[in-house]
Amino acid sequence: MAQTGAIGDKIFRTVLLIAAASILLIVVAIFYMMVQNSMPTLQRFGIGFLTGSEWRPAQEEFGALPFIYGTLVSSLIALILAVPISLGIAIFLVEQAPAKIARPIAFMVELLAAIPSVVYGLWGIFVLAPFIRNYLGVFLQDYLGFLPFFQGRLTGIGMLTAGIILALMITPIITAVVRDVLEAVPTTQREAALALGATKWETTTIVLGNAASGIAGAVVLGLGRAIGETMAVTMVIGNSPQISASLFEPANTIASLLAANFAEATDKIYMSALIEIGLVLFLVTFVVNAFAKLLIMSVGDNSSSSKHV
Amino acid sequence: MSNKTVKREFISIFLIAVTALGFGCSGQKLGESNSSATTSGAVRIQGSGASFPKPIYEKWVNEFGKVNPNVSIDYQSTGSGAGQKALLSKTADFGASDDPMSDADIKSAGSEILHIPTVLGAVVLTYNLESIKEPLKLTSQNISDIYLGNIKKWNDAKLKADNPTIVLPDTDILPVYRADSSGTSAVFTDFLSKTVPEWKEKVGMNKQPSWITGVGIGAKGNDGVMGQVKQSPNSIGYVELTFAKANNLPSALIKNKAGDFVDASLESVSAAAAASVAAMPDDLRVQITDAEGKGVYPIASYTYILVYKDQQDANKGKAIADFLWWAIHDGEKFVKDLHYSPLPAEVIKKVETKINSMTNSGKPLRQS
Repeated sequence: MAQTGAIGDKIFRTVLLIAAASILLIVVAIFYMMVQNSMPTLQRFGIGFLTGSEWRPAQEEFGALPFIYGTLVSSLIALILAVPISLGIAIFLVEQAPAKIARPIAFMVELLAAIPSVVYGLWGIFVLAPFIRNYLGVFLQDYLGFLPFFQGRLTGIGMLTAGIILALMITPIITAVVRDVLEAVPTTQREAALALGATKWETTTIVLGNAASGIAGAVVLGLGRAIGETMAVTMVIGNSPQISASLFEPANTIASLLAANFAEATDKIYMSALIEIGLVLFLVTFVVNAFAKLLIMSVGDNSSSSKHV
Repeated sequence: MSNKTVKREFISIFLIAVTALGFGCSGQKLGESNSSATTSGAVRIQGSGASFPKPIYEKWVNEFGKVNPNVSIDYQSTGSGAGQKALLSKTADFGASDDPMSDADIKSAGSEILHIPTVLGAVVLTYNLESIKEPLKLTSQNISDIYLGNIKKWNDAKLKADNPTIVLPDTDILPVYRADSSGTSAVFTDFLSKTVPEWKEKVGMNKQPSWITGVGIGAKGNDGVMGQVKQSPNSIGYVELTFAKANNLPSALIKNKAGDFVDASLESVSAAAAASVAAMPDDLRVQITDAEGKGVYPIASYTYILVYKDQQDANKGKAIADFLWWAIHDGEKFVKDLHYSPLPAEVIKKVETKINSMTNSGKPLRQS
């Protein structure tokens, strides 16, 4: 019996190893394919591809900087707006709300996650853009107009609109993961804190501290979706490759550029430029993820040390 | 189990997988198998390309299917550039494009490609100015100035000069353009390049022109531009006439070469085609923007179906030739309802010759 068990384990282990190796292989294969296909522009423009700020396919001039900028800034706006709200929803659902209220709210959040992105885009064009143009933008210009972010022409289409749409889209994901993470924190910890005379607020901070690495993971997941979102962004960002401090100005992101242009790219050099910018997106995502992992590790250390206190 | 063996196994499996990938890459090309004539005489045709003629092609495919139940045609509207690419890579049986193929692309095909004009369309300038009921009058110079950022406000003196009876508002103009590569942009920029030297120098004629940074916003597709214009007060955008009509948005009168302001209509677009018939080359590739003559709408264009002259599959080739023949004759009656203009009679004659010249390994596909 021990014999067959050993063989069984071996087969089991091999199967798992193949599964694990395949993911590595896929990443390598994608990377290889993208480098291979972007050779024409890699050789022709070199590092200038990353630092150039002019994108003129007609003149075979390709600078990816405005798209990198647009991708990072729109995702950052999304995170700034979505993280506090998601945390609030999740904490409320786990720590405060009675089951009667928690269940419908949790259901609504999941519903938000199931809406296709093109629907968000349509809502962005017909509801959010006019709202920003007529109310929110005017309000921001009246009270914060001295900041460079809120100056310039108000069209309702641009970086801010894209950021808000993205925030809406990533809120459900972040909320759902944070909720799971908070639920995983043992109830005994809460009971211990309460028994020591801690208030609800103090108890929650302890729970949050212990769930920190999981929460950071949730944020990274949300960020991943924000960086890669195409359709909804294309519809509201204005698709203009420019770097402007004003959040009301149109901009563009890498994913949105690819979505709008890939099918029609007939020239070899243009195709190569698009694949190279896809490669840049790949690397940007990689760097952002690695950075987040480092952050999680440092936060994780803190929380484990606080556990000993 | 030691850690070392796991590591070794992992590496070996990884290496095997890499080699397998290598073999996979050097293997045969995908999608070589042809699925024509699978079931008793049924022929499946795949077409792909321009989005502008999509409504009429869908109508044609549908109506043609009623007459020829054994032929089923599938038209994917992927864009003019994608249509050309699909034909060249032979992933589609016919391509469709608003602007003619370039000489370089035609040469790269290796086999002769025919340009079959099917219908005519117009690019219109549509705008969102609530207070204005009368149609706006625009010259190519003013359109160019708006898109170059030289004219920033609706009540600019240059716009007022052509529209003395209209009270133009003191608001910023928001120009909307196509962010994707498009035949509509090609026709629009072709017109401006022909008529405005500054445009020719700064932007030029292109499917995907380099727009002036900081002027206006881009949108994807005719419907994308339509959506932005519809929801943004004080905006202006260019779309195919069909889309403006379907959305009940106004279209501007454009000044033509003869000096008249002309509305885009069936007659004015047909007039543009008629004016250029004499200049139509043998391969039928022609731009008809800024045509001479009275009553001519200046931003008009043919839209083409692209096919190989020598078809590899006799059944498919015959079906395509029959479909094209049917489209320019019986299909004509559906054209006007969808706001396209039919081909002039002289052009139909030329197209007939083209369709009859289609062959399968040297044998003509249609007996005329």
